[in-house]
Amino acid sequence: MMQARNFPIGAPVLEVKNISLRFGGVKAITDTSFTVYKHEIRAIIGPNGAGKSSLLNCINGIYKPQEGKIAFKGRVLDQISPNIVARQGISRTFQNLALFKRMSVIDNILVGRKLHMSANFMEVAFQLPKARAEEKANRARCEEIVEFLEITDIRDTPVGKLPYGLQKKVELGRALATEADVLLLDEPMAGMNVEEKREMCRFILKVNDELGTTVVLIEHDMGVVMDISDAVVVLDYGKVIADGPPDTVRSNQDVIDAYLGVAHD
Amino acid sequence: MTSKPATSPFARGDITNFAVLMTLAFLVIPLTIPNGYWYSSILIPWLCLALAAIGQQIVMGYAGQLALGAAGFMAAGAFACFNIELRIPWMPFGGSLILSGLIAAAFGVLFGLPSLRVRGIYLMVATLASQFFIIWMIDKFGWFKNYDTSGIITAQDIVIFGYAFTAPLQMYLVVLVVVTLLTILAINMTRGSVGRNWMAVRDMDIAAESMGISLLRTKLQAFAISAFYCGVAGALFAFTYLKSLEPVAFDIKLSFQILFMVILGGLGTISGAFIGAAFILLFPVVLNTVGNVWFHGMVDATVISAVEQVVFGALIILFLIYEPLGMAKLWENIRARMRSRSVPKAEVPRQQAS
Repeated sequence: MMQARNFPIGAPVLEVKNISLRFGGVKAITDTSFTVYKHEIRAIIGPNGAGKSSLLNCINGIYKPQEGKIAFKGRVLDQISPNIVARQGISRTFQNLALFKRMSVIDNILVGRKLHMSANFMEVAFQLPKARAEEKANRARCEEIVEFLEITDIRDTPVGKLPYGLQKKVELGRALATEADVLLLDEPMAGMNVEEKREMCRFILKVNDELGTTVVLIEHDMGVVMDISDAVVVLDYGKVIADGPPDTVRSNQDVIDAYLGVAHD
Repeated sequence: MTSKPATSPFARGDITNFAVLMTLAFLVIPLTIPNGYWYSSILIPWLCLALAAIGQQIVMGYAGQLALGAAGFMAAGAFACFNIELRIPWMPFGGSLILSGLIAAAFGVLFGLPSLRVRGIYLMVATLASQFFIIWMIDKFGWFKNYDTSGIITAQDIVIFGYAFTAPLQMYLVVLVVVTLLTILAINMTRGSVGRNWMAVRDMDIAAESMGISLLRTKLQAFAISAFYCGVAGALFAFTYLKSLEPVAFDIKLSFQILFMVILGGLGTISGAFIGAAFILLFPVVLNTVGNVWFHGMVDATVISAVEQVVFGALIILFLIYEPLGMAKLWENIRARMRSRSVPKAEVPRQQAS
């Protein structure tokens, strides 16, 4: 579906190597490895409780896997915490919406510009030229994102008052504002109707196509996944059972058994 | 109603509001109120406590860290200022104030450390340590009070460029200048990237961290700046209102009062600090006057103070339930309603006339 891409798929950018994560006796992820290539859209799918979100949380630095390594742009991410990972160039959205509820849409997106703003509190307090200039430049950038996502009319509304679908959009906007190299999207289309899903897909493809952003997304809707992703990893019980282009994964017998459940009828 | 994209967080209306308030505070009030009582008993303590409430507002309303112990930092600031004035005679008063604030800020960082581990009500209990530790330290080591045994130390005169500010109006102007400056700085911070980082930590810390915000730095920064405001407020409170220094003046009751100012005034607004401080300060005065004028002293003073406590308690509960954003939000709602009501009113007669 994607002819003549602006950003052809390149070298490995994110390598997950033999990750294992346990919560007490519960094994969330067991010896999982896969590689994400630059500029690709990579989907992680699997039944409920397969360890998809845990995997994303490991990459993001919220969980610390007991075993294995995660390498980003060839460098192993050690002593990771979410804010260190963010500085490396990985941004994300959350499964259950983690927005700043009492702040307006534009302010939420502006927080995403945090790593592009370096004025310290004194420069901000005294409104020195540096603080003013960066505020102006970053606000302009956020206006572009708001326009891109077609949410200009709700710019100044506190996000807590918005319906779910719009909140999902704002969260995508905040992740986009970081201009990270890799976006981790945890179920960006969960709870949306067909139309909203289609719109969200359009945005994800547009981001990938226009900015070359590498996207790693978790999704339940198989149809959506197969349509937009370049490669799919399938997890089941914390293990990788398939990894490859959508068509290969679709016809993989293990995947059909574990996820689609077609084999049993 | 869609608004245009803003290139800065400041609107044109802000400047008009600012100009009106400044004219009122610097010209109208000094020219119309000759009575010293108004300055020394109402305006000066109001401004000082509002400044402390801004400090509480920064850490609690913006950064979302439930801290209790503002009066401790005020005590640190007050005694720091006393000692600096005493021991460094060449230090200008402004310098003493800034240094006092910085010393309080150092305590703020120290007692803000628990916020990295605990939150909510547990943090509130942990931060109470500041309240008790600072007061204990001042009482324990005589050096802080210059080995004064009487218990009450008179504050030095405020001397700026060789001119002593001792009359109520003069002191009011000193306090007003300091509070105005610090309020402007607070507004700039809260509307800029600094405030956004605080609010992000308040609303959803894990997402804030994922956007590259360091929780450690942001929380401690909020505690430090908050304590700075409380420290300066404490110094002004002691030097212009109490005119004496005694640790008892900064007991836990004052910490609670500042907390209530922020809750009643409105969490997460600078104006809420001023509204809340005015309410907490003026309410007992009004109640007393009502008691005296309407009931001609028939009501016992103890009854009045009991009524005061009951009404305060009830108000706090009511606000927490019905308007957690406080009086500042209430005022905003009233203004919005008046504006929307005034529009159709202006149109109706025109239609009737045609």
